[in-house]
Amino acid sequence: MASMADFTETQAEAGRTLRVTGRMTLSGLADFPQRLDAVEAPVAAIDISALDRIDTVGAWIVHRFAARTGAKILGASDEAARLMSLVSRSEESVRVRPEAPNPVVRVVTEIGDATVVALRTLAGLVAFFGAILVATWDIMRHPRRLRINAIVHRFELVGVKALGIIGLMSFLIGIVIAQQGAVQLQQFGAEALTVNLVGRITTRELGVLMTAIMVAGRSGSAFAAQLGTMKLTEEIDAMRTIGVSPIEALVIPRMLAAIVMMPLLGFYATVVSIFGGGLFCWVSLDLPPITFVQRLQEVIPITDLWVGLLKAPVFGAIIALSGCFQGMQVESNAEQIGLRTTSAVVQAIFLVIVLDAFFAVFFSQIGWI
Amino acid sequence: MDLNAPIAIRVRGICNSFGDQVIHDGVDLDVRNGEILGVVGGSGTGKSVLMRTIIGLQRPIAGEIEIFGEPMTEEDSDAQLDLRRRWGVMFQGGALFSTLTVAENVQVPLREFYPGLTPQLLDEIAAYKVVMAGLPANAGPKYPSELSGGMKKRAGLARALALDPRLLFLDEPTAGLDPISAAAFDELTMSLSKTLGLTVFLITHDLDTLYAICDRVAVLADHKVVAVGTIPELLATDHPWIQSYFNGPRGRAAQTAVDRHMAKGA
Repeated sequence: MASMADFTETQAEAGRTLRVTGRMTLSGLADFPQRLDAVEAPVAAIDISALDRIDTVGAWIVHRFAARTGAKILGASDEAARLMSLVSRSEESVRVRPEAPNPVVRVVTEIGDATVVALRTLAGLVAFFGAILVATWDIMRHPRRLRINAIVHRFELVGVKALGIIGLMSFLIGIVIAQQGAVQLQQFGAEALTVNLVGRITTRELGVLMTAIMVAGRSGSAFAAQLGTMKLTEEIDAMRTIGVSPIEALVIPRMLAAIVMMPLLGFYATVVSIFGGGLFCWVSLDLPPITFVQRLQEVIPITDLWVGLLKAPVFGAIIALSGCFQGMQVESNAEQIGLRTTSAVVQAIFLVIVLDAFFAVFFSQIGWI
Repeated sequence: MDLNAPIAIRVRGICNSFGDQVIHDGVDLDVRNGEILGVVGGSGTGKSVLMRTIIGLQRPIAGEIEIFGEPMTEEDSDAQLDLRRRWGVMFQGGALFSTLTVAENVQVPLREFYPGLTPQLLDEIAAYKVVMAGLPANAGPKYPSELSGGMKKRAGLARALALDPRLLFLDEPTAGLDPISAAAFDELTMSLSKTLGLTVFLITHDLDTLYAICDRVAVLADHKVVAVGTIPELLATDHPWIQSYFNGPRGRAAQTAVDRHMAKGA
């Protein structure tokens, strides 16, 4: 292997001359550039006749050195001369990174951009909702346009396939609520009230809410990614040119699936949670299942069930709406699919929780306590 | 073209298959030092797979590959790593890192292999490489998503040339470019390979590229390399695929274009 790049200085009448030896290639450089930078101008000449090898980086370093110190380049081989002329032709000032704006300006710009984006999203969401209502009206007038197959397929994906994970989650949540509740209530000798706790909180709130979060994560994200991919591959444009409305063909089945499946899944989650809580009461508090069910009937008013089940379809609609809306917003590149999928889930969960708060106040006001 | 030039890439008996589907069954190929070798073949004949096999992204079932006389192996030894620095690869879509600017993309291999370079020198190297690949100076701080297809390919080329390789792999460099950009890219490939003394392994469907810049052409068909040679040599063979490839309407059009060009030049 040839030696690393190096140089020696000789003093002549005309001035100093640098004689470079070794490999002037990327792998032969080591700290050569720094040492060369330390040489002070003026230098009369740089002699590169004794180089073993040179590449464009070596040529660039020699070229730069000559330009800085005014040195003449001596003894360049054909190859070196060729490379040197290539790099000198390619010399232009190129920025490596975009210019960093003033931090104050940047913060203000970001706030402004975020506001505009938020308002646009809101407007877009309302417009999208409007388009869905129009499509629904169209379908109601021409019921044959309803795509039964697509809808049933969505029912399966959104509902049936989610049973396992939602069941497991609800079962564990039921146990956790019962266990935590029992520990606290025991301090007042009121562990029998664990039944009230488990029964009412799961029917009113947690059954449906946790299901909504799970459906948003499973199906909302899938809607956004599916529609986003179809948008990118121009499938949606192709549909439009054929005369098929993407809202009718893609969005309505997903909306319907989410709206119909959410109450069913929510009810299922509630039942499984109660089962988990009951199991814990039986094992840990020695409360027999018969007594548990009897107590449930006494403490849960039927309105609790309505509270849960009335919220569910609204949550389903919100999840499908934001999933489909974000999917349809994808443009230009694949990176957007990821971003839009994330915002679909975040938006859906956020809206679900905000609405849940409104529902809570509303139902207490109308006396369903 | 020096017929006795040493061999840059020697491929012997490469076999590749995906499941039941056989892609290569005993591929032999020599790429000589300093030549531009065009690789052609119908879709699905495994041109890209051959390239991926040579650069070690795909492990062949059987066969040997030597690069500059050194055998390619699986191990991650220093010698193998050193071998990897000697080639640059330009993938079909550019395969630029989307979170980095064009100039930063060029710096990635430099930073990876030579952590000792000063930031200033890194920026300077990236700058001249970007210009060398035929990009305008203002493309340096742009992100890949802001570039046109042709510019992405040039940025990919700039990154492939970052380490000053002696061997350059180009996967369909002119696919998806308009004829003017494609011709410009051919010219760039040619002039860079001359000035930098590059050996180029070029996969293409573009007949104009073959006529304009390739010293020799290798034809992949029937799971192997059925012929290697200059275009006149290939035309003299009677392999049906080669005949229909070069003598089809497009092949003849490309050929007349070259003839016209030659006549004008003379």
